Amino acid sequence: MASDTHMGNSPAQRPSGAAAASEFAIELIKINKSFGPVHANKDIDLAIRRGSVHGIVGENGAGKSTLMSILYGFYTADSGEIRVDGTTHAITDSRHALALGIGMVHQHFMLVDNFSILENVVLGVEDNALLGPSLTRARKELVRLAKEYRLDVDPDAIIEDVSVGTQQRVEILKALYRGADVLILDEPTGVLTPSEADDLFRVLKELRDQGKTIILITHKLREIMAITDYVSVMRQGEMVATLKTSETDPGAIAELMVGRRVLLEVDKGPATPGEVFLSVENLVVKDDLGITRVKDVSFTVRSGEIVGIAGVAGNGQSELLESVSGMRDQSSGVVSLKGKPLSLEGDDGAHRAREAGLAHVPEDRQRMGLVTAFEEWENAILGYQDDPAYGKGWILDIDAARAKARERIAQFDIRPANERLKTANFSGGNQQKIVLAREMSSNPDVLIVGQPTRGVDIGAIEFIHNQIIKMRDAGKAILLVSVELDEIRSLADRILVMFDGHIVGEADPATATEGELGLMMAGISEKTAPAPKAAEGKTK
Amino acid sequence: MSALRPLPRWADILLLPIINLVLAFVISGLVVLAIGQNPLAALEAIVGGAFGSGYNFGYTLYYSTNFIFTGLAVAVAAHAGLFNIGGNGQAYIAGLGVILVALPLQFLPWWITFPIAILAGAAVGGFWAFIPGWLQAKRGSHVVITTIMFNFIAAAIMVYMVVNVLKPAGVLAPESAMIDPAGRMPKLGTFIPWFKNTDVNFTLLLALLCLVGVYVLIWHTRFGYTMRALGHNPTATTYAGISNSRTIMIVMTLSGALAGMVAVNQIVGVQYRLVLDYVADAGFVGIAVALMGRNHPIGILFAALLFGALYQGGNELQYVIPGLSKEMVVVIQALVILFTGAMEGMFRPGLQRAFMLLSPAQKAEAEARNTAKSES
Repeated sequence: MASDTHMGNSPAQRPSGAAAASEFAIELIKINKSFGPVHANKDIDLAIRRGSVHGIVGENGAGKSTLMSILYGFYTADSGEIRVDGTTHAITDSRHALALGIGMVHQHFMLVDNFSILENVVLGVEDNALLGPSLTRARKELVRLAKEYRLDVDPDAIIEDVSVGTQQRVEILKALYRGADVLILDEPTGVLTPSEADDLFRVLKELRDQGKTIILITHKLREIMAITDYVSVMRQGEMVATLKTSETDPGAIAELMVGRRVLLEVDKGPATPGEVFLSVENLVVKDDLGITRVKDVSFTVRSGEIVGIAGVAGNGQSELLESVSGMRDQSSGVVSLKGKPLSLEGDDGAHRAREAGLAHVPEDRQRMGLVTAFEEWENAILGYQDDPAYGKGWILDIDAARAKARERIAQFDIRPANERLKTANFSGGNQQKIVLAREMSSNPDVLIVGQPTRGVDIGAIEFIHNQIIKMRDAGKAILLVSVELDEIRSLADRILVMFDGHIVGEADPATATEGELGLMMAGISEKTAPAPKAAEGKTK
Repeated sequence: MSALRPLPRWADILLLPIINLVLAFVISGLVVLAIGQNPLAALEAIVGGAFGSGYNFGYTLYYSTNFIFTGLAVAVAAHAGLFNIGGNGQAYIAGLGVILVALPLQFLPWWITFPIAILAGAAVGGFWAFIPGWLQAKRGSHVVITTIMFNFIAAAIMVYMVVNVLKPAGVLAPESAMIDPAGRMPKLGTFIPWFKNTDVNFTLLLALLCLVGVYVLIWHTRFGYTMRALGHNPTATTYAGISNSRTIMIVMTLSGALAGMVAVNQIVGVQYRLVLDYVADAGFVGIAVALMGRNHPIGILFAALLFGALYQGGNELQYVIPGLSKEMVVVIQALVILFTGAMEGMFRPGLQRAFMLLSPAQKAEAEARNTAKSES
């Protein structure tokens, strides 16, 4: 089996790689790949130093994933050369890549939910038809890996019972068990809580110090700065630069990514809050399993202000959003819009919320906000399909809907500008723009936004933030929920912190430090800061 | 494995089914050969039996009429993500509604009875599918399970009704009274002599209207939009404020109503009475028709024609070649269903590879067509 040969020589190698045949674990030379008219990779050169953490950044659609898929054998390059340990290989499929010591941890885990961790690790690389010997061997190996890399897991835990962070650890263990010397991680922190992400970074550093080579695909600059030794920047299918991380800074990388200067700080004027538009009183919400996730929450959002809800993912924010927007029934409590209580019961509650003037940009655009199999224009009317603008009576006026969609494509700079393109073929940032365009165009009084920039590239983040501020300045009430504390701090005029289903505190983004907020998010400080007058707003 | 580009649309809806069909016929030919008969002669008998004359074609169209209805029933539900395999039971029990209006109105002219029978068949067939729809929407019982159960319940009810309620006293055969000749609908042969006295009747026109109606419903109405959204992503419809339970119940009712039109064809158009098992598994053939027709009305029209031809040609086959029994015909039909329905995607990867080799330009075109497909 491949693992034996590769396992043998890896621990000896140190970051400088003096003893190896080549100082580079992976070399990609003049890689080209096209999909129809799209040139996804243009003459890409990339050398990954052995025993380093090498970040690859770029906006969505820059070609990072294509490049890694070529290395991992999912795609075959149209032209170019791949060298592993200095020798040229034509990698035909992922099994071949694994045999060469290249392992991949995908963004979406490939685990069997009702199998134990041990069984998942062994799956596909059993020694023979009898499972027993393989499991015994794997158990020993897991103990060894746990010791060597401090990757502790309970081998008998069932996947669906363990946290997302642990599941990701299992994916890493799977790759190591199969003898990977080079680990490719595709957007690994997208699904993790901040503390899980910190833990992942610790593991990655440990792996690097033991001689493994890590390739990290991401578009979060913070992660690049925190963990990588080298960073390569891709833009529109081309490799723009490869830099030593210690010799660069986030601003420079961001500029390379988008090809122009980027404002990482949000530029906004002071808020001018008016009357209360959205008020939530004593809201209690249960999740699908019947567990109470929102516990007696009350707050208000005034016109012309952005109220941000900060918190670690999974503390009831999702249920709060779904309930206020009418998707999920509330157990008790009242949601009022401009003083009028909303009736949100039943599975068409979201329709009544929309009619009352409440628009919702959901947290998970692919699962909720879009029908990805639909064409763009069809998604541009989702939730507004009964609007008189799109036809009379029963009939849907397709031409009117498409014309409207084209208008918004221009207005929100959605690319590609083709309303007949399947929504799944748009990048994450452009999908988010489709949702935003739809919800903002309905001219609501209240806009609820969940994770507005999750999985969105930097160029689009700036645009989306500006649109949200524009809505605020137009006198709308905006409720923003994000797990990105930076985003909340830069956008919100008032911050509420949610922990274990409660609002545990309120803070003024102008004065609150990251440390204070972090303590509240961890549920440590229960005190409610004497709320600064919302009207004071904030000036930058 | 490298990524495969989607096929050009014409290859997807035309070339692929034809390849599957040819393969089904080749294997059928081998079976025919194995029992010592000439496959070419058998093919000639089937094609001739289905299309050889106005008489033959008339019967082909009669069978196709049923298959259009049941195919549409499956397709409408499928667009909303529901698998209605109870078309057989819905078509069967709809006969109760049809005969219960057709018998009292039998002295009126047929063109008055006909639309009323359509409404009655649609109402009863729709009701029979509404119950599983309601059970899924409100109680979470899966329609695949409930509709198949409802097939059995329908069969039992129909036996009881025919034997104990509808059968006139003194008649031995388990069937209802005949509609008075004055109130019977004339067959198409009356107006188009080419069809002779075959069973094809005005219900065929109803079937064609339903094809158009379903096309408009699915791609040009607000409700069609909501049902397609539900079929693709039920969470997104909840987000959009569309009541999923309401959509499920309406779609199932529509689906059952379409299946119920088989009863109109059989009772008002052909048999002038209610007999047992008159549906003759048309409900199940409808699943294959919808599958082969990709749930699109145009595809369903051609698939229904194909299966109609197989039924009619197969019937003729046993007379033309006595060595081939009726069972042999069932084998051929089963092979066609197997290759065009169950194994419909078998050649797709190979065909996609072949197309990708042709030219990069074709790849780009395929991409573009794929994106512009949903309503054509």
